[in-house]
Amino acid sequence: MDKMNINNIIETESLTKVFGGLAAVNEVTLKIDRGDIFGLVGPDGAGKTTLLRMLCGLITPSRGRISRNSDSFGYMPQKFSLYGDLTIAENINFFGALYKIDSKTIRRRADEILEITGLAGFKSRFADDLSGGMKQKLALTCALLAKPALLVLDEPTYGVDPESRKEFWKILYQLNKEGVTIVVSTPYMDEAELCKTVALISRGIIMSTGDPGSLKKSFPYGILELKADARDLDFINDLPEVVDGDFYGDKYHVAVYEVEQAKAAIINLLAEKKVAIHHLRHIPPSMEDVFVAVTKEEVV
Amino acid sequence: MEYVVTTCELTRTFGSFTAVDRININIRPGEIYGFLGPNGSGKTTTMRMLCGLLEPTSGSGSVLGYDLARESEKIKQKIGYMSQKFSLYDDLTVYENLVFYAGMYSIPYHERKKRVAEMIEMAWLAGREKDLPANLSGGLKQRLALGCAIISRPSILFLDEPTSGVSPTSRRMFFKIIQKLANEGTTVMVTTHFMDEAERCHNIAFISGGRLIANDTPDNLKNNVIEGCMVEVDLPDAMERIEELESLPYVKECSIHGPLLHVLLDSEGNVAVFDRYTGVKAREITPSLEDVFISLAKLQRKQES
Repeated sequence: MDKMNINNIIETESLTKVFGGLAAVNEVTLKIDRGDIFGLVGPDGAGKTTLLRMLCGLITPSRGRISRNSDSFGYMPQKFSLYGDLTIAENINFFGALYKIDSKTIRRRADEILEITGLAGFKSRFADDLSGGMKQKLALTCALLAKPALLVLDEPTYGVDPESRKEFWKILYQLNKEGVTIVVSTPYMDEAELCKTVALISRGIIMSTGDPGSLKKSFPYGILELKADARDLDFINDLPEVVDGDFYGDKYHVAVYEVEQAKAAIINLLAEKKVAIHHLRHIPPSMEDVFVAVTKEEVV
Repeated sequence: MEYVVTTCELTRTFGSFTAVDRININIRPGEIYGFLGPNGSGKTTTMRMLCGLLEPTSGSGSVLGYDLARESEKIKQKIGYMSQKFSLYDDLTVYENLVFYAGMYSIPYHERKKRVAEMIEMAWLAGREKDLPANLSGGLKQRLALGCAIISRPSILFLDEPTSGVSPTSRRMFFKIIQKLANEGTTVMVTTHFMDEAERCHNIAFISGGRLIANDTPDNLKNNVIEGCMVEVDLPDAMERIEELESLPYVKECSIHGPLLHVLLDSEGNVAVFDRYTGVKAREITPSLEDVFISLAKLQRKQES
């Protein structure tokens, strides 16, 4: 690899990890900018965890190269290990000691981080008695003790309710503002929208990289949002003007080749079937639309 | 039978902790009943009681006419249940897993082959019959687990966060199957953190701190729970402006939805004021279910503290 660009915190070239005969991560070449919020987005089994572990140096690549331009990094694994019979403060002291930080510094940093994560009032509570969202924040606190310049998080919001997820992202944004580069994996498409750079990964291969805006701009079809009085609208997929249509909450998102033609065709078809239309409008694609289109060819 | 599931003051405590607190629910046949709430709010505990896997501490209830406390063995035979961590046998193939579950439910021998074939078709598993579960994607594993749970053709199906961690494409496919089952008459109770799935339920119960705090159709929840005027606005650096916007006197709530902000104004009259403040035109919207969820969770916390 050529000399590493100083603005990049991580660079990889043809990074590959093979387990048995299967390439869990396949020829991944990427650059992560200093100060980025880099989202690795893909389904279960896509290779997210394997890739993150290689970025952290926890497992050795089978092939390819990786350079890291940061002395310190924090890693929050998917299954974070907190000690349930220790309190929040005790967990923090324990992890701080593992990082070989002196106890005075631990206390000072812990206070700072607990303030950001909103756990300051719960220091003497046992980890076992915390809700899922609070446990996740404690794990984050522990990962931040060494003041890393790079924070790697593996699906930190997995199985967490919508409100706690939003709070967690607020914290990530604040940390990022203070200069921490964030690399995060997620299966949630609305979180992909919050990243500065998104890499869509499927079956070990990076399918597409870019900021959410440009990924959406490169989406080749138009999206129509349809709300109509019918429990099943799958028959729309039979129209030649339609690429793909599917439920999206209580509405239907229809990917189409040409917006006006498709609109007319859908209105005609629904009139024929005597289905009332609440609204039918052209909308920008969401990350979920992009993801579904990009991975369409894959076996699901 | 008017209701397939009905409970009266259903309660479960663990030591001094009340996981489920006097819950009353009624589920009609053929309904998709969504069960929503923050982590640790009691969703799984409630579902396990309804499945006959956990005895209620107090209160009563029945599933398919069988009493939760006295006839839990009968309930277990009649229902389908897919838990968060579904258990497939890793050393059995897809086909063998299905045959094994058919045996567990005592499906007659001459029926088994047909039922297994049905499940393979339902779950889009054709061609993968001889694969081990370890070699299946998350979405396929999940649909195989569903096949195992419904091979006995239960009239009611309990699904505990069935779509956590599978791809959007697989989630859509899974919910399509659920809708088809419901259209054919199966009652489905499902817990989820995905609001787009909640939107597709016929009824939603919202639970927080073990208590039922809302129970209605998605449309009614969206129209009735939130007071004020919800607008959607596209601002650069949206994430960093939440607190600033929340400090405006006429803003009740502000949260991020993908790249957009949802802002709850105290009245329609302030939309123009808000537009002038941001310099961007906001669009009035019906609150999403996620807005409702966040609003309910906040309300509940306020009442607790």
